[in-house]
Amino acid sequence: QFSCVIRVAIFGGTHGNEMSGITLVNLWIKNGKEIQRKGVETKPFITNPRAVEKCTRYVDTDLNRAFTTENLSAPSGDDLPYEVKRAQQINEIFGPKGSPDAYDVIFDLHNTTSNMGCTLILESSKDHFNLQMMHYIKKAIAPDSCPVLLTEHPLLKYSTSRSVAKHPIGLEVGPQPQGVLRSNIFESMRVVLKHALDFIELFNEGLEFPPCSVDVFRVWDKMDYPRDTNGNIIAMVHPNLQDCDWEPLNPGDPMFQMFDGTTVRYEGVGTVYPTFINEAAYYEKQQAFVTTRRETLVAGAIKKA
Amino acid sequence: MMDPVSLPPLSRIAICGGTHGNEMSGVHLVRELQRQKMEKVGSAALTTVISNPCAIQVCRRYIDKDLNRCFTDAILSSPVTGDTPYEVRRAQELSALLGPKGSVQAMDLVCDLHNSTSNMGLSLITYFNQDPLILHICRHIQRKVTLAPVRLIQLDTPHSDAYSLDSIGKHSFSIEVGPQPHGVIRADIFNIMKEAVDQTLEWVRCFNSGSAFEGAEVDNVYIFVKSVEYPRDPETNHVTAVIHPQLQDRDFCLLRPGDPMFLTFSGDTVKYEGEEVLHPFFVNEGAYYEKNIAFHLGRRITLTIPSLQMKGH
Repeated sequence: QFSCVIRVAIFGGTHGNEMSGITLVNLWIKNGKEIQRKGVETKPFITNPRAVEKCTRYVDTDLNRAFTTENLSAPSGDDLPYEVKRAQQINEIFGPKGSPDAYDVIFDLHNTTSNMGCTLILESSKDHFNLQMMHYIKKAIAPDSCPVLLTEHPLLKYSTSRSVAKHPIGLEVGPQPQGVLRSNIFESMRVVLKHALDFIELFNEGLEFPPCSVDVFRVWDKMDYPRDTNGNIIAMVHPNLQDCDWEPLNPGDPMFQMFDGTTVRYEGVGTVYPTFINEAAYYEKQQAFVTTRRETLVAGAIKKA
Repeated sequence: MMDPVSLPPLSRIAICGGTHGNEMSGVHLVRELQRQKMEKVGSAALTTVISNPCAIQVCRRYIDKDLNRCFTDAILSSPVTGDTPYEVRRAQELSALLGPKGSVQAMDLVCDLHNSTSNMGLSLITYFNQDPLILHICRHIQRKVTLAPVRLIQLDTPHSDAYSLDSIGKHSFSIEVGPQPHGVIRADIFNIMKEAVDQTLEWVRCFNSGSAFEGAEVDNVYIFVKSVEYPRDPETNHVTAVIHPQLQDRDFCLLRPGDPMFLTFSGDTVKYEGEEVLHPFFVNEGAYYEKNIAFHLGRRITLTIPSLQMKGH
């Protein structure tokens, strides 16, 4: 399933104001010693250089939503949005998406204003290689935790830059304001990547990883802010919910605080685990937070052929 | 003992939000005041202003130029051409609305609302002009607000060189609350700013009804001394370090000679080599990267303020 030399890419700057990944990738482009592993070709890459230059999330459209089949197969032309053109270029270099020539692994480095800690994002519940890697990383950084967010969802899944690879992994570290570089966030991301690359090296050397189970949070639904008829928000994430990513939210728990002080409560059917709580970039996507449900996935044994 | 001061009542006051379009507490607080149709504060008329609507629309700090640097006499009197930046035009509009700056018609009090990504709690920012009215408002806020630590920051700019929106008013100050990411509204930060604004309006009511405010000492005052830049590679000019983890989030702590300031990407610590013990603030403010400011340093002082009462009482 894997080529002789495992080809790995590390993407930074998919959003041009998420500074940890941008800084790490720029450091590694200058000196890649830290990310070298035996038998592994690791390529650090800035995916959205124009957005990085302007320190903005995107120029025309969100690059991390742009890798749809429609966009990737659209006839190239000057009137395409910048990020769609860029997606086509990235697909050519690291893909084509879905083909045997695609890169084996892509790590996509992101920051969030939400209190998500070091979250690993998994796109497919059937990706045993990724599940084994995430299991390895979680063990390596224990007692610190590394929640796994599974974005497999018929409606809510989106077409990410990393999705051109056979094994896409999102790394979302927060809380960090957009446009700001925090030392602790930067170091956390660096450590998680180190363990991820160690896993790939061990796999490449022929180590067998026995079956394991991984606790994940599967995306369930999204919740928007209360808004007025003009679309302006009229409430804020409630202080009891703010910063409580991955903690249970039960029916009746406070959810929003209106600007006049009144409380809006969660009226769902059962307990959910919210995440991406108060992410700055999601106001325009009508998302105050995303709800998830806990699940345990089982990964079969893996060994390099 | 300072001589008591008497000043005329405040008849026209203004609260401004969204001077930076991605500093969300002020935007929503002003909108809420407008929704509640707050137009009077006791005997004073209240004007609420959304300062930079175009920047708010796109959730950016500014469109062409930082609005909060556009209120110098020179910029306010510059002729408008086709090339005039949006914010310069807007500054001139705001000066006409709330000023003109320096004239008899100017607002008696202007209060401008801001957020910072720095862990500054509630900071009240004024020019170093020892205005007893403003200092009494600040002291009142310090004594009444419990949700966050309250500090005063005095800029070393004389009022004649003032560049910020609030300086249009005869009396002026800014309320800065952090930490909050730009583009985000946090309920806890909003509640702090609301308390500060409520206490400001409460003070105005009391002052205008003739209450006397005793002379006092005001502590937790920091006067701006200098800014510290990020270390850069001399060849590429790229920033080579991040705020040190021991300084991050520790605004207003003591920075002693030898204390860590930055951590380079190769793991070295850059230490503070000044001679004077100073206090950092605006540590790692996102909007200051483009101004090449890593943090400001201030000297802690205590101010003595005279007793104050409304004239004609």
